[in-house]
Amino acid sequence: MALKGLDIFKLTPKSNCKECGVPTCMAFSMKVAQGAIDISKCPHLSEDALAKLSEATAPLMKTLSIGAGEAEHKLGGETVLYRHEKKFVSRDLFAVTVNAQNFDEKWAETEKIDYERIGERMYVELLDLEYTGDVAAYAELAAKAKGTGRTLIIDTTDAEAARAALEVVAETKPLLNGANAENTEEFVALAKEFKVVLGVQGEDLDAIYDTIKAIEGKGYKDLVIDLGSASIKSAFENAVRVRRGALKGGDRSLGYPSIVNVAELAPGDLHMQQALASLFTVKYGSIVVLEQMTYAMALPLYGLRQNIYTDPQKPMTVEPGVYAINGADENAVCCTTVDFALTYFVVSGELERSGVPVNLIISDAGGYSVLTAWAAGKLSAGSISKFIADQGIDEKIKNHTLIIPGKVAVLKGELEQKLPDWKIVVAPNEATDLVKFLKDYAAA
Amino acid sequence: MPLKKTPQVFSASIDTVTIGTGEKAVTLGGANVMPLYAFDAPIENKPALGLELSDAGYNAELPKLADFYAGAETLADQAKRAAALDGVDFVTITLNAADPTGENRSIEDCVAECKSVCETIDLPVAIQGCGNIEKDEQLFDALAEALQGENVLLLSAREENYKSIAAAAGLAYGQKLGAESAVDINLAKQLNVLITQLGVQPTSMVMNLGSAASGYGFEYVASTMDRVKSAALAQNDAMLQMPVVTPVADDAWSVKESIASEEDFPEWGPVEERGVQMEISTAAACLASGSDAVILRHPDSVATISALIAGLM
Ligand code: SF4
Repeated sequence: MALKGLDIFKLTPKSNCKECGVPTCMAFSMKVAQGAIDISKCPHLSEDALAKLSEATAPLMKTLSIGAGEAEHKLGGETVLYRHEKKFVSRDLFAVTVNAQNFDEKWAETEKIDYERIGERMYVELLDLEYTGDVAAYAELAAKAKGTGRTLIIDTTDAEAARAALEVVAETKPLLNGANAENTEEFVALAKEFKVVLGVQGEDLDAIYDTIKAIEGKGYKDLVIDLGSASIKSAFENAVRVRRGALKGGDRSLGYPSIVNVAELAPGDLHMQQALASLFTVKYGSIVVLEQMTYAMALPLYGLRQNIYTDPQKPMTVEPGVYAINGADENAVCCTTVDFALTYFVVSGELERSGVPVNLIISDAGGYSVLTAWAAGKLSAGSISKFIADQGIDEKIKNHTLIIPGKVAVLKGELEQKLPDWKIVVAPNEATDLVKFLKDYAAA
Repeated sequence: MPLKKTPQVFSASIDTVTIGTGEKAVTLGGANVMPLYAFDAPIENKPALGLELSDAGYNAELPKLADFYAGAETLADQAKRAAALDGVDFVTITLNAADPTGENRSIEDCVAECKSVCETIDLPVAIQGCGNIEKDEQLFDALAEALQGENVLLLSAREENYKSIAAAAGLAYGQKLGAESAVDINLAKQLNVLITQLGVQPTSMVMNLGSAASGYGFEYVASTMDRVKSAALAQNDAMLQMPVVTPVADDAWSVKESIASEEDFPEWGPVEERGVQMEISTAAACLASGSDAVILRHPDSVATISALIAGLM
C-alpha cells in the first residue's frame, strides 16, 4: 500500500547507524516506501512500529475463504474499482435460500443447475439457510444441507439457532450471517469458537459500521458486510460506499467482502432478482442470495459473471480441439476458427442454428479475433495445417473439406499446398451469414 | 459514530440531449456522478427506456409478446401499444425490412411507415437502420427530412457513413443522431470528433458504444463504458460527454440462450422466459456500466428495468 516515506521515517530510531546498508534512516524509509528494500533490514525497529507498518501495508480489502475442501471459495481481495485497471480477483458467488419447510423441493431444483461454460463449472455455490423459528428444525436443515456438499450460509440473528446449526456443520466452514448491534457479543463468541467468517448486519450503513468497529475491537476481523434489504437504493448505495470507502478511502473497516440478499429485496419476483443479481455482479457484490436459480436466470448471469471477472489483459479462450456440432461425425464437414471465446461463441451459435453437422476445429490462436490473430501470425496456413497434423484430424475425420473464415480468405492457396488432400472452402465474412451459407452448402 | 460520506461529485457532467417534442419529450444525460450513483448527488434525468418495434413484425412465436401486440396489425398500431406501456419513455423502430439482403423494402415505404408512427403517438421516436451502410445512409437522409419537427433520434451513424447522416440529421433538419462505434473508447471519441467537426452540436448527438449480451464479451462493453464515463466526468473530455444509448434488444434476443428451442434444450425451459431474463440481465448490466438509455424488446423486461431504475433513483 502507498505508505509515505515520512510515515516510515517517524518509526525509525533516526540514528543513521547504516546497519541496513543505507546511509541514513531517511534514505532507508524512502526505499521501503518504494518497495526497494524490505523493512526487516533495519534491526532497530520496535515491535510496535513493525506492527503499525505491517498494518499500514496490509491490503485494503481482505481476502477470506468460506467452505471446506472442494467447496472452498475465495471472497474479496479486490484492489481496484474498475476492471480495466486490473483483474477482479474473486468472482461473486450465488446462493439460493432454503428453509426447513421447502428444502427438499428447492434443492432438487437447484441441483439441476450444473453445467460447464468455457472451462468453468456453473452451479449454485452456496445455500442460504433461512431460520423459521424452530431451533431443532434448523439444526436438521443444516444437517441436510451439509449433505449437498455446497457451502452454507447460516442466516440467522438468533444465537441459539446459530449454535445449533454450527454444531452440525462448523467443519464445512459456513458463513455465519449474522451479527448486529444487539447480538454482537454472542455472535463474535460463536464465530471465534467455531472459527467461521461472520456477516455483519444493521439497519443502515452507520449501524453496520459501528458493529464492525465493535467486532474489530474484540479482535475479530474475518467479516463480510451485509448490504441490507431496506431498499434497492440503499443496498446499491451501501455496495458502492463500502467498496469505494475501502479501496479509495483507505478505510480497512470497510475492506470486507459483501453479501446482498436480492430475494429479500424483491420477494417472489425472479425478474427483478435477475436484474439485481446482474447489477451487483457488475458493481461490488461478493455473494448474491436469490430465491431460486433457473436455467433462464443462470445462463445470462453466469455468463455475465464470467465476462466481468476475466483478466482485462488476457482474453477468454476456449480449449483448442475438435468440437462436434449438431451431432457431427467423421463424415461431417470441417470448419475452423480461432480460440477467442467470443468468436467461438458467435460461430458455434450460428453453426448450431444452421442445423448442419459440422466439426469445428479450434486451434490455438493466442486468444485473438480472426483478423488480429492473422495479423499477429497466430493464425496461418502453417498453424492450421500443423494443428490438423498434431491432432491426427486427417485420420479421425474422413470428410476432408475445410471451411475457413472469410476474413482470412488469403490463406486458401497456401492451405491447399500444405493440405493437398483437403478441399479448402472460404466462408462468408460475417458469422451471421453462416447459417445460409451452410444450409446452401449442405443442400448442394 | 456515523460513517463519513464522501460523495464523488464531478464538476463536469454528461451532456443533456432531448428527443421528441412537447410534454412527452425525454431528456437524456446530465448526470455529474458515476452511473446510477444517485446517492452521491441527485440524478435529474433518470436513465430512459425505449421499446423496440421492428418493421418486419414481432416474433409471434413468443406467447406473451404475441399477446401484447395481439390485434395490432400495423406498425403504428403496435407503436400505440408500446407507447401506452408503463415505463416506456420512447419508442424505437428498427427498419429490418429495409435490408437489401432481405426484404429490401423501399426508402419511400420505410419513411411512410415511420411517419405514420410519429403521427400516431406523442412519445419520442428513435429509428434504427437495417445495418447496411449504404441503405442506412439513404434511409436516414430521407427520414431526417421527412420527419422534420419531430426531433427523432436516428441510430446510428457509423464511421463509414457519418458524413451525410450528420449533415442531414444533425445540421439540415434538426434531428438527433447516434454515433455508433465498436466497443472501443478511442473509436468512439474519434467518431465524435469527426461528427462535431462537421458542425453538429454535441447536444444533438448520443453515443452507441456498441453492446453485447451477458456472457458474450460483455467485459468489453463494461470496460469501455467505465472508461468513457471516467474520461467524461473526471477528465472533462467534451468529446466523450454525450449520453450513451444502448440497443440491448437485438443482442439479447439473438444469442443461443434466447432462441434455442425447448425441444432441443428441455432443461432450459420456455424460450420466451430465457429471452426475457437475458434481456433483463444485459440491460441491468448496461445501466450499471453507464447507459443513459437502453432499448428493450419485451414488455416484461420493460416492467422490471423501469422498476429497477425507479428503485435506484
Ligand atoms: S538500520 Fe535502521 S536505524 Fe540504522 S540507519 Fe538503517 S534505518 Fe536507521
